[in-house]
Amino acid sequence: MNLFEIIDEIEKVDPEIHERLNPRRDAIKNITSFGSKVAVAAMPFALGALFKKAYGQTTTSVFDVLNFALTLEYLESEFYNVGTAKGVVPAANSAYIANITRDEANHVTFLKNVIISSGGMPVSKPEIDLSGGNGSGTGPFASAFTDYNLFLTVAQAFEDTGVRAYKGQAGYLKGNKTILTAALSIHAVEARHAAAIRQLRHDRGATATMPWIVSTASLGNDTTVAAVNANYAGEENTVQGGVDLKALGSIGAVTAAFDEPLTKEQVLALLSGSFLVKR
Amino acid sequence: MKTELNKTTGGANMVRRSFLRYAGTGAAAVAILGAASCKKDYSKGSSSNDIGIGDMGVLNFAYALEQLEAAFYLQVVATPYSGITTTETAYLTDIKDHEVLHRDFFKTVLGTSAIQTLTPDFSKINFSDRASVLGAAKLFEDTGVRAYDGAGYLIENVDYLAIAGKIVSVEARHAALISNLLTPGSFVASDQVDTNGLNYTNTIAEVLAAANGFLKTKVTASNFNYYA
Repeated sequence: MNLFEIIDEIEKVDPEIHERLNPRRDAIKNITSFGSKVAVAAMPFALGALFKKAYGQTTTSVFDVLNFALTLEYLESEFYNVGTAKGVVPAANSAYIANITRDEANHVTFLKNVIISSGGMPVSKPEIDLSGGNGSGTGPFASAFTDYNLFLTVAQAFEDTGVRAYKGQAGYLKGNKTILTAALSIHAVEARHAAAIRQLRHDRGATATMPWIVSTASLGNDTTVAAVNANYAGEENTVQGGVDLKALGSIGAVTAAFDEPLTKEQVLALLSGSFLVKR
Repeated sequence: MKTELNKTTGGANMVRRSFLRYAGTGAAAVAILGAASCKKDYSKGSSSNDIGIGDMGVLNFAYALEQLEAAFYLQVVATPYSGITTTETAYLTDIKDHEVLHRDFFKTVLGTSAIQTLTPDFSKINFSDRASVLGAAKLFEDTGVRAYDGAGYLIENVDYLAIAGKIVSVEARHAALISNLLTPGSFVASDQVDTNGLNYTNTIAEVLAAANGFLKTKVTASNFNYYA
């Protein structure tokens, strides 16, 4: 791949390409060192964002989305790192949790690299209270690292909420081959995590818990933990694309067959002042 | 565009109209549909096996995969493999329900733009054998996830993109479960997830080449560089 040839090609149809790229000129001049610092795998992502910025479309939104995702990944990664360090995970499940711990750490690294290599500034790790106590350490989930069933319940809520959060951002990345595809690919991995955590809970006796979210007509939350009702609000939706699917299947199947999004504001309202410390 | 309902077209068309209205079919999407119908008639009518162009093409691509998955799980549930457990029956029955809903959803919203009903070819699958069935299920689910994720950027209407997002995570849940039933703990193994923690993706051409191995009716995508 030769970036300069690409720019030359664009220049044939857009003589002002260099003007458009001007704010990023340093980044382009330093493309070699930039490339050596960033994992090669992240390069296409970097260029995708670069051109978005040059054409002034949704650059702010793209960085907003990536930093929002990074914030969520910091939280998830911290949760699994602490859980692993405190030894709450029984040996029989350690391979499952180790895989998820690895993926969340990789997501943090990947998102940081993409943001940096695209000319953005990654947000720093927020102050986190895994008890959900806004810094007190004595929130409702304080015993998650000594009570494995509670650990899995919190993990499930994080994963399901993460899936909803990524889903809610897809529209802001519409048509962006590199960034949207990356976000959808993380989104799928979060859904794989959610299913696996739910399966572990099922196998430990929560036999009503399926790998997918089975809502009732009036309650999205299928965890039986009322404290996370808001995390599942809206999952009970049965109308897709203007078509009410209730006539086509049971309420459980209709709600489980489609996962529902959350907006950034909804997700931050769930986390800020509890898991994300607000002073 | 006329929006009043034609009483002779039946309910499906009315539902589709409401879908398109909901989806905020703006000038751009209309232009694409218009362009498609003015040029070559790739996907008109329910007799075509070519997915067509633009967003309707991507939706038909999804419809083709959901038809294949639904047919597969209907067979799995109708003729359970030997030694199937109660839990496995519950899981596979749920998945069957989801895939049938996905199939019926796309058929409804695509209306007269839908490709034809596809005839599957499951001759390579031994439905009495657990490993054969779950192996095929894993292939279908993993391929479904890669397909939706790989085609997402092609979708121009933000409401269709949202729908694809709502379905792909459910396919990923299926994929993780099936993978774990085959090999516990393999739900994010390196065959599907790269070293950055990203699920692999595939192009429409790659996915259809794989799917057509299980279809008597071959699906083509002439506007996406794929000919069966």
